[in-house]
Amino acid sequence: MPKRTDISSILVIGSGPIVIGQAAEFDYSGTQACRVLRDEGYRVILVNSNPATIMTDPEFADATYVEPITPEVVERIIAKERPDALLATMGGQTGLNTAVRLSKSGVLAKYNVELIGANVEAIERGEDREKFKQVCTSLTGIPGPTPEVARSFTCHTVDEVLAAGRELGYPVVLRPSFTMGGVGSGFAHNEDEARTMAEIGLEASPSTEVLVEESILGWKEIELELMRDREDNVVIVCSIENVDPMGVHTGDSIAVAPAFTLTDREYQHIRDIGFAIIREVGLEAGGCNIQFAVHPSNGRVVLIEMNPRVSRSSALASKASGYPIAKIAAKVAVGYTLDEITNDVTGITPASFEPSIDYVVTKVPRFAFEKFSSAEDTLTTHMKAVGEAMALGRNFTESLGKALRSLEDPQAPLRFAGPVMDKNEALTLASRPHDGRLQAVIQALRAGASVDEVFKATWIDPWFLDQLCIVLDLANQVAQAGVLDADLLKQAKRHGLSDAQIAEIRGVAETEIRSLRWSLGVRPVFKTVDTCAGEFAARTFYHYSTYDEETEVKPRTKPAVMILGAGPNRIGQGIEFDYSCVHASMALSKAGYETIMVNCNPETVSTDYDTSDRLYFEPLTAEDVLEVYAAEAATGPVAGVIVQLGGQTPLKLAAALQASGLPLVGTSPAAIHLAEDRGAFGQVLANAGLPAPRYGMAKSADEALRIASEIGYPVLVRPSYVLGGRGMEIVYDDATLITYVTTVTQASETNPILIDKFLDDATEIDVDALFDGTDLYIGGIMEHIEEAGVHSGDSACALPPITLGSEVIQRIRTSTRAIAEGVGVRGLINIQFALAGNTLYVLEANPRASRTVPFVSKATDVQLAKAAALVMMGATIADLRIQGVLNKHTDGSWPAPSTPVAVKEAVMPFNRFQTSEGQSVDTLLGPEMRSTGEVMGLDASFGIAFAKSQTASYGPLPTSGRVFVSVANADKRHTILPMQILADMGFEILATTGTAEVLRRNGIAVTPVRKRSEGVSPDGEVTVVDLILNHEVDLVINTPYSGMGSGSTRRDGYGIRSAAVMADIPCVTTIQGLIAAVQGIAASRKGEITIRSLQEWAPLMRPPA
Amino acid sequence: MKTVPALLVLEDGKTFHGESFGAQGETIGHAFFSTAMTGYQEGLTDPGSHQSVIIATAPHVGNTGWNDDDNESGRIWAAGLVVRDPSPRPSSWRATRSLVDEMTAQSLVGIAGIDTRALTTRLRDHGTMKVGISTTDLDPGSLLAKVRAWQPGNPVADVTTAEPYVVPSQGEKSFTIAVVDLGMKAMAARIMAAKGMDVHVLPATATLADIQAVNPDGVVFAGGPGDPAALSGVIDCVGAVLAAKIPVFAIGLGAQVFGLALGLTTYPLKHGHHGTNIPVKDLATSKVWITAHGHSHGLHAPASDEIPTAYGTLRVTHRCINDQVAEGLHLLDDGVVVGMAVQFHPESGGGPHETSAFFDQFSAMMTTRRASA
Repeated sequence: MPKRTDISSILVIGSGPIVIGQAAEFDYSGTQACRVLRDEGYRVILVNSNPATIMTDPEFADATYVEPITPEVVERIIAKERPDALLATMGGQTGLNTAVRLSKSGVLAKYNVELIGANVEAIERGEDREKFKQVCTSLTGIPGPTPEVARSFTCHTVDEVLAAGRELGYPVVLRPSFTMGGVGSGFAHNEDEARTMAEIGLEASPSTEVLVEESILGWKEIELELMRDREDNVVIVCSIENVDPMGVHTGDSIAVAPAFTLTDREYQHIRDIGFAIIREVGLEAGGCNIQFAVHPSNGRVVLIEMNPRVSRSSALASKASGYPIAKIAAKVAVGYTLDEITNDVTGITPASFEPSIDYVVTKVPRFAFEKFSSAEDTLTTHMKAVGEAMALGRNFTESLGKALRSLEDPQAPLRFAGPVMDKNEALTLASRPHDGRLQAVIQALRAGASVDEVFKATWIDPWFLDQLCIVLDLANQVAQAGVLDADLLKQAKRHGLSDAQIAEIRGVAETEIRSLRWSLGVRPVFKTVDTCAGEFAARTFYHYSTYDEETEVKPRTKPAVMILGAGPNRIGQGIEFDYSCVHASMALSKAGYETIMVNCNPETVSTDYDTSDRLYFEPLTAEDVLEVYAAEAATGPVAGVIVQLGGQTPLKLAAALQASGLPLVGTSPAAIHLAEDRGAFGQVLANAGLPAPRYGMAKSADEALRIASEIGYPVLVRPSYVLGGRGMEIVYDDATLITYVTTVTQASETNPILIDKFLDDATEIDVDALFDGTDLYIGGIMEHIEEAGVHSGDSACALPPITLGSEVIQRIRTSTRAIAEGVGVRGLINIQFALAGNTLYVLEANPRASRTVPFVSKATDVQLAKAAALVMMGATIADLRIQGVLNKHTDGSWPAPSTPVAVKEAVMPFNRFQTSEGQSVDTLLGPEMRSTGEVMGLDASFGIAFAKSQTASYGPLPTSGRVFVSVANADKRHTILPMQILADMGFEILATTGTAEVLRRNGIAVTPVRKRSEGVSPDGEVTVVDLILNHEVDLVINTPYSGMGSGSTRRDGYGIRSAAVMADIPCVTTIQGLIAAVQGIAASRKGEITIRSLQEWAPLMRPPA
Repeated sequence: MKTVPALLVLEDGKTFHGESFGAQGETIGHAFFSTAMTGYQEGLTDPGSHQSVIIATAPHVGNTGWNDDDNESGRIWAAGLVVRDPSPRPSSWRATRSLVDEMTAQSLVGIAGIDTRALTTRLRDHGTMKVGISTTDLDPGSLLAKVRAWQPGNPVADVTTAEPYVVPSQGEKSFTIAVVDLGMKAMAARIMAAKGMDVHVLPATATLADIQAVNPDGVVFAGGPGDPAALSGVIDCVGAVLAAKIPVFAIGLGAQVFGLALGLTTYPLKHGHHGTNIPVKDLATSKVWITAHGHSHGLHAPASDEIPTAYGTLRVTHRCINDQVAEGLHLLDDGVVVGMAVQFHPESGGGPHETSAFFDQFSAMMTTRRASA
């Protein structure tokens, strides 16, 4: 059945900001869907509030709305655009939930919009636990044992949850309905835990519903990815087996594809169940993911859940198999049958087949517990990973080793050197699921534990454990060998040991092992991901390295550019860097180069085999990148290697790659050093006559104290060479400084600590600029909403800068140019300034693509990363202005008056983390970056743009109701005016005693409320925390009382803020944020919000000169 | 761990050096690669694998060990097994021993640690060929000479049952059928029995009289290894059964014999169909089945809708949409289906289960025949 001609325009809903559980994989999926639908001739309308996505690039849709994904906003877009159909299965849980609400409220019917991909009934049968259970238990015609679900009860109150717990026996699992990434779900081992979790779970569920079910802890966890078309053709795209058994969220588990520990009988049985489910649920044209638990000693199969949409797992399965699930799902949604769709990879066979893979794929999660020092790091059914890395190898051990080193976490690769732990200690450590459990498993095996002992402690399948024994055995041989010969080295490489691991085991330098390996001719070959295990020739160049005999890299003639990606997403280095890499690939391809992408993040667009001419799915380590380069240099000319777009990951490799003779383009490693080394950079600034906050570098506590006393408190302290403000703190006194230097960061000769004067009450400014050696092009100047001291990644910011005069802007221009010139930048540079008094301090400069490049590009309609890639390959800014890649006459420093205001807001993951006592972690912003993603609000003026950014990130600002305010003494005088305005708008103001007193004296009507520390009064008056938890407050304003010590909880403020997070109520923690919020509320009340696509904004951003 | 070197030599002279896996010794056979990711036990015990050296494209083999339930016959039939990474320790609650234990016990010679993908793509590009594996003769020239000299003989004679036997129906009996065993997988008989058929399995040498002796409602020709064109006795038998107006269901090698009996010709496929992921389209309904395959020959079937034959009109009902190879045939007599053939394995026995629906079509054919008789 060919594509439908009765529909001509399709609305696609994206997934919004990157949050834990809903990340870059939906940009990958959504981009594929948009591309396919446009290629098929449909008019594509897209809504997504996330500016860092490729899908929101104007060329991927006909009308791109970077607007909040709420039913109200989407309804307005529907009313304006009148699409014939809505494809809701690409935008994660956000897209699906929005579509369901639009359907239920009658909006879709009113505007005659058809839901394609999955209808509402199918979505509900798949997502609603009770309905899904009914589907599972009513399946017929499946050979073998009847499908089962875990015994369970659906509960709507805490009492019902407790009754269910008594009936099933503890432990039980709580799963709130309609939440993504397992928010609020987990194991309750007793009634107390059940009560706490029930409260959280009922709150998190849009339908106030929690499923309580029997424990299947420790069973094998298997996932299937299915695809179905309108003619009822169904295929399994991929099977995935979790190395971490049931009990750990699949997003937090190490997972492999294909499944390894099922016989054909058992595999076909779950396949039969999968087919029956997709049919019974009624998913007519699209993909789904189904999770199964299989008892390891009797094979009992229990169904866990189904996602009737593309998912994190489907993105992984697509990358793992070469079968592009989102693309195919989009095609079947518009009417194609699977046999009508060609398999891109072979070019001759159809998509109606089941991929066969002749390699092993391992996915490992990347966590960020170090960012939330008080958070409990035990892994549960509630997802906590912020990213993931994937690797391919010809066997499990090789792919695991590659995946672990792809994480770029020094703790991740299995450790075979150093002291052996006590066996029981290691087993105990391994028995608790946590980040790094596999390391504990290896240490237990090193200590002599048997596979059976480790299995009893962890329930990790013995097959995987036995594979680890193979690696351990080789590591021992490597340690004991007199001389490393080619055979042993080859064996070690075949089982995934890196040069660095071998070097550590042998106590020599990594480069020494590499030289030895090369001299012995032990080099990897590159195989191809081809969907069919070699049965048909592949037309696409999707490669991975392995130690085998024959390589498949084909010769080429055009000059190629190698782009190094950003690796796994983490806090501080997310999708924004992938965006720049993808843009570089697009621009360079257009400029006539062959593009070669190297990356290891399965969530991203850059690792789509369609993005670049060649894709190497490889770890971003010196070893792996050098091998890719060697393979490519042997097959054709390599014109350049780009390390500046993938964030700190490739930048860190620059020196090593240059030393090995790779043709790095753009800013040189020497120039990178000038910007990153504080001493060198200080000289650059001094030469240019630019002021910087006073600072010093300390290698010991004494030195730190001396520097602090010289420059005066408060000081900002951090380890050198970090991204995302890792370990950064503002310190107000000697005692805290000593603790920081000696225990938190362990300063030393090799690990110096930077100590900067902290500028109180300064305005922070971010600049993205392009420099070609002659001309400077300012991409954009962003003014932060929060004051300096809040990490730039966590601060909201506005572009154009809303309060800077032209004289300041001119100074920013001049300073930027001086720095770019002084450092020797060829390409992008990001500079952070702080305006304190009338002095423009330079805080830092990063000679690479920054986190804000996509935001600036969207807000100015100039694609900076594309321009940067061309500059790195030799184009001049003058050329690019003529070609229209850059603005012809002006740049980001002097935007046209018609340019809208864009506000970027950061999205924080506080609701994901809890302390071991079950409390939410503190929500204060600080110098350490903790946001996972961002949204953009775009409108004619700041107030509305800010209001949109809040709606898109945390939910709409209230336009009426109750405001609770409690601020630090230093902030009290700045609070008066905004509170007066809120009171004038009719808000009821609640405040704690101190703040209430100040407001009352200024003539503002205020109701005092009790602090949590005061407790409930004798006559039953509750505290503010109870009011917040009971949703009796609509907006919380709370600024912290003292300096931001690490993880120390400032009792009352912390209680207030964590209550706001738990109750999902907007919470403002800075005065600047308060003022912006008041502007946003005022604008919202006037109803001035417009809905406009990027294509409509473009002529206003770039008016003809 | 000490490994024993092993050598693999292809008929074209290409060699691979690896490690011994399973029994030591020497073996020669037809090389084919299987893209199935599960079901090595079924594949090795499939009589259709007789005289074949299986190259597993799956990265790890032996993961689930060996059990007593999943055999497709009484023994391992494959001539050799080539894998990249064997699993030292099986993990399955049904496993009673390891794959290596079983290979050793049944003297199956294997080789591990070679670049199976390079071997696979070579067979894909250069076509199927003979192969030898040895742990006793590591001289490539000497092994190559033996490979080139090797002749397959009559594999069906080796795999067919020596004596007739019956697999009784389960539940209510609806039909009696005769199976001419050209190397049938056990799962075929099991499924037919589960669908209410008394299954009388006869040797490949069965004559029409032998078949009629069990008074069957239908006859199944199922299997197996080797070149169908060499089976002139069975080809004649198919003709005789059709002439006797007994419904025929032909599977695998049986389907090729069925085609030959109806005047079609067969040809060796370049690299065969061996896997459990192969799409076959029903040309009438457009439904695509994902099917299990194990055949190295194809039927030349004209594209025209109707092919007149001595026994009725032949129609190609299914094709593999990867390469357009004819996979299903119907023989119609006056518009009524009197014979059907599929080159794939609807019984699974390693592979997807949905195709067991084809046995229901066979039942329907027998019901129609009974009603008109």
